[in-house]
Amino acid sequence: MKFRVYRYNPEKDAKPYMQDYDVPVADTDRMLLDAIVKLKALDDTLSFRRSCREGVCGSDAMNINGKNGLACITNLRELKEPVVLRPLPGLPVIRDLIVDMTQFFKQYHSIKPYVVDDRPLPEKERKQSPTERAELEGLYECILCACCTTSCPSFWWNPDKFVGPAGLLQAYRFIADSRDQVTAERLDNLEDPYRLFRCHTIMNCVDVCPKGLNPSLAISKIKELMVKRTV
Amino acid sequence: MVDRVVTGAHYGLRDWLMQRITSVVMAGYAVFFALYFLAKSPQSYADWRAMFAPQWIRVLTMLFFVSLLLHAWVGVRDIFMDYIKPAGLRLLLQVLTIVALAGYAIWVGAILWGG
Repeated sequence: MKFRVYRYNPEKDAKPYMQDYDVPVADTDRMLLDAIVKLKALDDTLSFRRSCREGVCGSDAMNINGKNGLACITNLRELKEPVVLRPLPGLPVIRDLIVDMTQFFKQYHSIKPYVVDDRPLPEKERKQSPTERAELEGLYECILCACCTTSCPSFWWNPDKFVGPAGLLQAYRFIADSRDQVTAERLDNLEDPYRLFRCHTIMNCVDVCPKGLNPSLAISKIKELMVKRTV
Repeated sequence: MVDRVVTGAHYGLRDWLMQRITSVVMAGYAVFFALYFLAKSPQSYADWRAMFAPQWIRVLTMLFFVSLLLHAWVGVRDIFMDYIKPAGLRLLLQVLTIVALAGYAIWVGAILWGG
């Protein structure tokens, strides 16, 4: 199977280049990651991230034939040849398919991704009703692979100021959590022309999310709450 | 001055909401005007003048243009915020945009109510 892979080693290469490979693929190789692991056996200078190989850790996010996705849950048989692999767009490349995710996680941490509840601790645990728990469906599943955020043009133009779809989905995940007590502060934190309102509902995020989540919907719910408290 | 990334201007909702509301106003006017135009089907300059003679149509048209200009302001500022990085240049472009849009508003008023 033919592959065309983005190569860049800043210690040796003056600039990035594309390298062609022909990888013998067995019938047992089902996912793109299987083929990349074989490719690595052919050429051990190729660098990429991978860990759980089943779409849970989010390590092997990359740009596959022009669309962000997880290599481990991308069906090899459905890919058009040559399969063009590039690092996630919009982030600095460390080497080959590995990008520096510092900016991504900086935005994620800026929304305080944890339940804030200063009420006295209950004897056992903070309980949620099934309805309250259901509010978190489609939000808690995010694995922070950065496929959505790095496909977002608004994030490309303002990565230092715009929180990005992953961060905003997470922001709504904690706003929606019945245990969290600081909704007002969370909305204050996001009511900003750059942090939230750089989202122009382009919906690339929805298109690429390998977990089938909808950051655009979460963002519109944040805006809805802001309208509700303003008007 | 240190070169810090600064956010936290605490506005944006009003503009976002305004863009949505003005789009509804424009869509409504577009439908109304298409029907009004078909009903009147003006054939001459005199017909056009007659079509815009009633005060209420002038008010509705002015409302449409005010919506259009407000909508354009939000959209154009968004483009500047996305693509123009130096804050000084961005401010200059925004001021020029406001001046131009304000000029258009006055111009529309002059066309609708002037001689």
